[in-house]
Amino acid sequence: MPASEGARGGEPETGLFRKPAILAGLLFLLASLSLGADPFLLPLHEEERPPTPVSGYESLSDELKEMQDDDFSNPGMMMVDLGRELFHQPRFSGDSCATCHGENGERLDRGRIAAYPVWDEEEGAPVNLQMRINLCLERHMDEFRLPYNHTDLLALETFVRYLARGEKVHVSIEGPMREHWERGRRIFHTRSGQYGFACVHCHEYYVGLRLRSLELTQAQTNGFPSYLLRSGKILNLHQKFVGCYQNLRAEPYEPGSPELLDLEIYLGWRGNGLPIETPAVRP
Amino acid sequence: MGYPFAVTRRLLPLLFLIPLSTPAGEAGTEPYIPWTASDDYAIEEPLGGLVGDPARGREIARDRGRGNCIACHLLPIPEEPDHGTVGPPLIGVGSRLTEGQIRLRVVDEQRVNPPTIMPAFYRDPARLTRVDPAYRGKTLLTAQEVEDLVAWLKGLK
Ligand code: HEC
Ligand code: HEC
Repeated sequence: MPASEGARGGEPETGLFRKPAILAGLLFLLASLSLGADPFLLPLHEEERPPTPVSGYESLSDELKEMQDDDFSNPGMMMVDLGRELFHQPRFSGDSCATCHGENGERLDRGRIAAYPVWDEEEGAPVNLQMRINLCLERHMDEFRLPYNHTDLLALETFVRYLARGEKVHVSIEGPMREHWERGRRIFHTRSGQYGFACVHCHEYYVGLRLRSLELTQAQTNGFPSYLLRSGKILNLHQKFVGCYQNLRAEPYEPGSPELLDLEIYLGWRGNGLPIETPAVRP
Repeated sequence: MGYPFAVTRRLLPLLFLIPLSTPAGEAGTEPYIPWTASDDYAIEEPLGGLVGDPARGREIARDRGRGNCIACHLLPIPEEPDHGTVGPPLIGVGSRLTEGQIRLRVVDEQRVNPPTIMPAFYRDPARLTRVDPAYRGKTLLTAQEVEDLVAWLKGLK
């Protein structure tokens, strides 16, 4: 059969769908997810985790490694300091975070911080660290929730995550988290935008190769919130996702949206075992 | 042409995209020209019967805002540093592939290799998803730009 395109809406004959076995396999997979068929989804393999997670740190120049490692030269430390200040600010109830969690956050469980996003029974949904901090404001300090990435939240998130620096990431995908992991995994493998790239293209298929002078990395999330030298500020992980979508000339999902949270769960799990580097420095 | 049920189903989401991304009539956008690929993975006829200019093709290949082919490929453009390594070097591509085969690869490499990273530079804009509103209804390159690139690449012996 000729590979013809015909009029708009015509059907591309991708080799993938010519093989009945592969077609049946894909159909089964899609049916079992009951999310419908998706022409933009790239193949999902049984074992999706990259063999060994490697932090973006390994691709930094010596100069940038030094900048990240030295608290006096790491520009992200300004956000940590702001977060520490806000940690002590009394809220509507009269309490500050330090009232419950200790002057220097010593009553926070560092291992637990490295496990975020986690399932929240009360919300009936997964929450990431920033969302959890917002819930503390609401549940324990009689405050209203703040919008996602409000400076206070970003600073507190950076400070709290920094407290767990060196702790190994261990995102669990047991129980109700599994479904969110699966959705995040699909988003990671879905083409979008005018360029039609998927995350998996740059951050799995071609890791170690270069787009012009930029070396492609595994897109590990252990350094977030990270200081991005190109933008000259600390970015929350969801803001970085939005940046990558914009590079694809795609319509991004909103920071704090269920889609980006699912992507965060998938990527977090994929990097289990990496040490937290917050605040990381990236080019 | 009878397509299996599954194939029809996976087109359903696209139907919703069509009104959003119809190129005709949009300011600054030329109408999309449909094309046909042959059995040996080639588009024999130049898009819209246009004639390409190799010198312009070379410019488009290095221009970040247009082809930006050097983001991924090593090309004979020595004045630019840091050619990417994601794609194969295109030195000598004119000896490996026919003009028509080169055209299909620039137009839509996914027709040759479905999971490829290489962007489809002249794919029907109705067959894209979640496109930034600023680029909706537009192909990555114009038909003329594709022909300019093909004219340059086929001469890389
Ligand atoms: C066309 C290539 C490309 C695509 C597609 C792409 N990215 Fe990226 N991404 C990059 C580059 C280049 C960088 C900066 C260098 C680096 O850190 O890898 C980056 C960085 C990142 C980082 C930061 C890694 C670190 O160590 O700090 C994350 C997280 C990320 N991308 C996630 C994503 C997600 C999620 C998607 C899909 C929505 C995506 N990327 C799609 C090219 C891409
Ligand atoms: C984001 C990466 C990327 C960009 C940008 C890109 N390519 Fe490619 N290209 C590839 C890869 C990878 C292949 C290898 C085949 C495959 O993956 O399907 C390829 C293959 C090709 C081939 C076939 C080569 C052969 O020897 O078979 C041609 C011709 C080609 N590209 C031309 C271009 C032109 C012209 C441009 C710019 C208008 C361009 N490419 C932009 C990644 C890219």
